Amino acid sequence: MKLDFEKPITKIEEKIEELRKMSEESGMDLSKEIEIFEHQSHEYKKELYENLKPSQKLQIARHPNRPNFLDYINLITTDFVEMHGDREGTDDRAIIGGVAKIGDKPVMIVGTVKGKSTKENLVYNFGMPQPEGYRKALRLFEHANRFGLPIVTLIDTPGAYPGIKAEEHGQGIAIAVNLKEMAKLDVPIVAIITGEGCSGGALGLAVANKVLVLEHAYYTVISPEGCASILWRDAAKASEAAEALKITGPDLLKYNIIDGIVKEPLGGAHYDYEAMGEELKKEILNALDEYKDMSAQQLKDDRYSKFRRMGVFNS
Amino acid sequence: MTLKDWFETRKEEQIAARPIDPKIDDNIGKLWVKCFNCNAQLPRKELEHHMMVCPQCGYHFRINARTRIAQLFDEGTFEEYFSNISPADPLEFFDTESYTERQQKAKEKTNLNDAVITGIGKVEGEEIACAIMDFEYMGGSMGSVVGEKVTRIIEEALAKKLPVVTITASGGARMQESALSLMQMAKTSCAVAKLNEAKLLYINILTDPTYGGVTASFGTIGDIIIAEQGARIGFAGRRVIEQTIRQKLPADFQTAEYLMKHGQLDMITKRSELKSTLAKILRLHKH
Ligand SMILES: [Zn+2]
Repeated sequence: MKLDFEKPITKIEEKIEELRKMSEESGMDLSKEIEIFEHQSHEYKKELYENLKPSQKLQIARHPNRPNFLDYINLITTDFVEMHGDREGTDDRAIIGGVAKIGDKPVMIVGTVKGKSTKENLVYNFGMPQPEGYRKALRLFEHANRFGLPIVTLIDTPGAYPGIKAEEHGQGIAIAVNLKEMAKLDVPIVAIITGEGCSGGALGLAVANKVLVLEHAYYTVISPEGCASILWRDAAKASEAAEALKITGPDLLKYNIIDGIVKEPLGGAHYDYEAMGEELKKEILNALDEYKDMSAQQLKDDRYSKFRRMGVFNS
Repeated sequence: MTLKDWFETRKEEQIAARPIDPKIDDNIGKLWVKCFNCNAQLPRKELEHHMMVCPQCGYHFRINARTRIAQLFDEGTFEEYFSNISPADPLEFFDTESYTERQQKAKEKTNLNDAVITGIGKVEGEEIACAIMDFEYMGGSMGSVVGEKVTRIIEEALAKKLPVVTITASGGARMQESALSLMQMAKTSCAVAKLNEAKLLYINILTDPTYGGVTASFGTIGDIIIAEQGARIGFAGRRVIEQTIRQKLPADFQTAEYLMKHGQLDMITKRSELKSTLAKILRLHKH
């Protein structure tokens, strides 16, 4: 599926295809012309994708073919053993986790899962966890803590689920408890926003020593649509809100919200799963390497001081 | 219909009649105040004498942080901390109005620098560090200043080995500070983790309304959670939930009473009993 702002690329690609056909049918050597067009196409793409507006990045972050957590499990880990359930009656499928190896490092990996079809989304609830999901995640974090396993979280969620049961079962409390308990863990934590990092629902898995976002992912306190409907009283003003909220990698770096940006294949992760997986795996292993000699106290202090510094005010 | 059923229905009707989002401004500066719940016309003086609780039906009016402090602390014991911290506009946020204009208006309306007052004072002689939120300042939203002041008063309590009490009234995150606002949830919660490790008592008092980012951070990770009677408390707003699930919500949805029934609170307390309840809990943890 091509996005609307990608239409010009489709045109160039059609042109190249046309030349190829012509060359085949007529036996003329058009390789020079094709090469020129291909070069142009590549340059055009680079220019386009490096200068996307926040609202366009948003479309890539939400692309239905974007790799989801299950894809990343396949792409970056081996020997994944899923650990189900919160031990209190529920196995929320919007958050999945377990032990696995990244490279030769055993880790605890936990992430939110978005489906790629309506059927899948019924199972994974569009990546919107219930309180039980956050409680399952905490159970897994505490397991990792007991056995000295570093924690890796991959986050792609439009937010925690807003529903009746979610409120009855303490959605806010479940997230808050995770924030507080993640602060106490003795093991390194690396969190990566792979797509949508929306509000407390994302943060509930992201109190980490290192927080990275993928190039076209976004991280925000509220969805641009939600923000637009409250502040502008008009959900159609979402692209203005996306600009104003400063939700993309470079802005997040500028305000010290994140520690780095993971490069995506040209056009976005969905154009090349393998390359995306390689890059992400490399970044995770680099990050884990940074923490391998830190003591439990140093890791906790590192996490505390990182979040302690956040915020801008006058005094 | 049995008599008991009749009473139950009556009760439900009464709860249903309670306004979901009363506008406190409607009553400001008037000598006579209309009760949002029972419509009684009440002389302001009498209402104030009753701690802004309707003497006829028990409806708890929203009160601001200064009034709360006056009601809760022993006279003259509250010392304010960190009052010099004021908001910036790091994102140069502009929606239909600039963030700086909104800050200016809120300051004029409340005479506060931001949506929380922090300090140390005594409740029936028991010393506590306290953060009191003010809903009148931009809907009690949490931005960098709220996060910083709450964190600082917790750090002050860690240094002085004091229990910490928060009194929240908040619509949630301060959107105009975007991710910086979101990170205040992490910052304050990490500070609470230190209270746990130091085994210092941490109490949350939730008042009307407490929502969003405050509910999902420092506001609800207390060792004891108290809600004031009639408070509405939630993670997601009522409208967002209705739009998502496309069904009508029960009238008592997200009331303190509703949450208590679902095991989310330790207790519900009337405003008139808040001080003595708090003091009792503080004393029980001192040994
Ligand atoms: Zn009344």
